[in-house]
Amino acid sequence: MLNSKTLSSSRNSDLWLIWILRVSGLMAGAIALLIIFFLIVESLPVLQHVGITRFFSDSSWNPTAGFYNLIPMLWGTLLAMFGSVLIATPIGILSAVFCQFYAPPTLAKIYRRLIELLAGIPSVVYGFWGLVVLVPLIGKLHPPGPSLLAGIAILTIMILPTIALVADASLAKVPLSYHQGAAALGLSRWATISNVIFPAAKSGLFTGMILETGRAIGETMAILMVCGNVVQIPKSLFDPIRTLTANIALEMAYATGDHRSALFVSGLVLMGLIVFLVAVAEVISQGKIYE
Amino acid sequence: MKSSAIIVSLAMGLATCLYLQGCSSPQQTTNNNVSKPQTKLVLTGSSTVAPLAAEIGKRFESSHPGVRIDVQSGGSSRGITDARQGVADVGMVSRALKPDEKDLKAFTIARDGVTVILHKDNPVKSLTDKQVVDIYTGKVTNWQQVGGKTGTITVVNKAEGRSTLELFTHYFKLKNTDIKAQVVIGDNEQGIKTVAGNPNAIGYVSIGSAENSEANKVPIKLLPVNGIAATTANVQNNTFPIARPLNLVTKTQPQGLAKEFIDYAQSQQVSDIVKQQNFVLVSK
Repeated sequence: MLNSKTLSSSRNSDLWLIWILRVSGLMAGAIALLIIFFLIVESLPVLQHVGITRFFSDSSWNPTAGFYNLIPMLWGTLLAMFGSVLIATPIGILSAVFCQFYAPPTLAKIYRRLIELLAGIPSVVYGFWGLVVLVPLIGKLHPPGPSLLAGIAILTIMILPTIALVADASLAKVPLSYHQGAAALGLSRWATISNVIFPAAKSGLFTGMILETGRAIGETMAILMVCGNVVQIPKSLFDPIRTLTANIALEMAYATGDHRSALFVSGLVLMGLIVFLVAVAEVISQGKIYE
Repeated sequence: MKSSAIIVSLAMGLATCLYLQGCSSPQQTTNNNVSKPQTKLVLTGSSTVAPLAAEIGKRFESSHPGVRIDVQSGGSSRGITDARQGVADVGMVSRALKPDEKDLKAFTIARDGVTVILHKDNPVKSLTDKQVVDIYTGKVTNWQQVGGKTGTITVVNKAEGRSTLELFTHYFKLKNTDIKAQVVIGDNEQGIKTVAGNPNAIGYVSIGSAENSEANKVPIKLLPVNGIAATTANVQNNTFPIARPLNLVTKTQPQGLAKEFIDYAQSQQVSDIVKQQNFVLVSK
């Protein structure tokens, strides 16, 4: 009697738990869908007025004059993203290797706290530093100063903690038996890391890369302050660029009607870019990484 | 079990959608209370005036319990139409009224001027209107051509849709599509920091913000336009050419709450708010 009672009450609490979990899961998913829905609703007016194709075929971006070309900003976003990911990924992973396998424990601990500190600095602080220190410096080297290069530099610093911390955590998770196995085979430290640890931690490192790429695409404030925001496809590293995020931040406060709607379209393109990124990550990870 | 879970989840999603939809329709707020003593004032229009009106509104609300000031932006033209059609009690318009808008009553609550700024180390003391136009359209690209030191000019322009840009292009009769800029900025502060960090830059910003920064030892200087010094005093006495009034407009002579609010917005009680937002006080 007593036994069946406790059993049923525990089943009851399980049921509650399941429903709470279901509802929370649903809410998390619904938020993403709602954002997409909202973006589409807000973009619809201008899409109906001018059509989708003109966003990729117009001669320029002058929404108040009726030109809506988003291509230069798409390039700006992608170039800044690729540049910074290309630099930050090796630095981040190697710094994690240093932290895990080479640094003395006390130094590793301090170093880890420093990286965490770097992750916590608000982006506007990075942007301000870039505007008053980095941009004039680049300006002396090659005027005008605000440029793709400045954007890549700032983004690299900003996404570095993400990849460094995730890589650090995933390297730490590699089972001890792998190390012991490598030691038994008489492998050197670097051979162990490159041939045993890296392959074992592959999925974690990859997740870190996706996270840093997402951060690079979404960063707005710092990029807005150092990139110059001229709508053009850059011909060199020293040319100013405008990213999709900066476009929205720059013009939203003063935009009305179709102009405002067009900014939501750039938000939609940004969303598409991130969906694409997640999809690519999903395809790559299928069977290759989580084996 | 399975199907009920799906139904519940769908219903929840739908409910959230509807709820959020309800939030995003601003029109609903304007068509109520006509007969009772008015407790709510709706202002719509210029996005330049809106932050100022909102701040003034906040202070007005705190001294008039039970009154709500509802400020919605949407551009000067919305301010004109809404005031005309009676959708809003008061329209906000960041320019002088045009001849065909004289059916409305305008009350200036502040003024705003725009001038060209350079880095303090730049030896150029003044530029003619034509030189400014040539620099902004890319015909002149080196400071040497306008009497300065050798150095490639960095042209700083404002982002599309900004009212400072409108004022600037209108005075110099420029088309934004013809402007060849190296840097595009958002607010005045960003423009000032950009010029302060680059001795070869030229930009244009609101005079209030520029004077403020200059007084705080930021290395910029304000250029005169058409020989008239760019000072808030000159904007105040209407001699500076690139300036505009920030107006509140009503369809008829304002009465009741609207009159009270407009009088309040024009009074000395809010002069600190006007200054804080870097606009120029109107001399009465």
